[in-house]
Amino acid sequence: MTIEIPFYLAAGIAIIASIRVVTGANAIHALLYLVVSLLAVAVCFYFMGAPFAAGLEVIVYAGAILVLFVFAVMMFDLQGDKDPEHYYGDSNSGNNSSGSSHNSWFSRWFGPVLLASVLLIEVIYVIINSSNSEQSTSTIVSAKQVGILLYGPYLLAVEIASFLLLAGLIAGYHFAKGQDLPGRNL
Amino acid sequence: MSHIPLSHAFILAGILFVIGFIGVIARRNTLFMLMSLEVMLNSVGIAFIAAGSAWQEADGQIMFILILTLAAAEVAVGLALLIRLQQQRQSLDIDELSDMRG
Repeated sequence: MTIEIPFYLAAGIAIIASIRVVTGANAIHALLYLVVSLLAVAVCFYFMGAPFAAGLEVIVYAGAILVLFVFAVMMFDLQGDKDPEHYYGDSNSGNNSSGSSHNSWFSRWFGPVLLASVLLIEVIYVIINSSNSEQSTSTIVSAKQVGILLYGPYLLAVEIASFLLLAGLIAGYHFAKGQDLPGRNL
Repeated sequence: MSHIPLSHAFILAGILFVIGFIGVIARRNTLFMLMSLEVMLNSVGIAFIAAGSAWQEADGQIMFILILTLAAAEVAVGLALLIRLQQQRQSLDIDELSDMRG
């Protein structure tokens, strides 16, 4: 049984869902597309021979980080796209004036898409014409190897990551606490 | 047993990175910029996993775990800043912050 077909299928799903995330107008819909994209990337990890990373992708990314996003959007009403200006640029306030709105949309997205597409084409050209493009990714790296290496030579990196998480915790608590004390404002 | 070429995984990572990069520089809503940053970090994780699996080493997955912790900390701080921005300016537009003169 070949493993290439499901890999490319999952890769296509990830690309399409990521495009829908970037161009979405509704925050909740974009978040759900982001969950789909992360799950597709987890499938890609599995077929690239990294089942432990695939599990971590589902549990931590789609299960913790995206749930944090959804809670923030739902609890604090961060729905920033009630105004069409946020998405369609500085067009007139009418939502259904399709001509000028389409032009503004085009002018807003054309420059970044053109520049980034040129960069992407260059990267793909370099990757295809590189010397060792015959190397393949199908051997399975088990979770045991990852654990042994993680708590052996990479112990300092694990400690630094724990410091980073502690700093993120303190900063998140401090910033999201609000101004209940009169003397301190951010 | 069939194989996935390493270049195809890198091309997938590049495409996802460019999609996220376009989102960061084209959107003006801060929430969507954070989500595009997540897409970019995810694509970097794909590149690390593919390289680590091609050379049969576990270092790629360790770098992916470190990227995971980085993304978690970044999302926590970013969402907290977003909540403060929403409380103070009642808007999530990134152009609202240009009058901070930072």
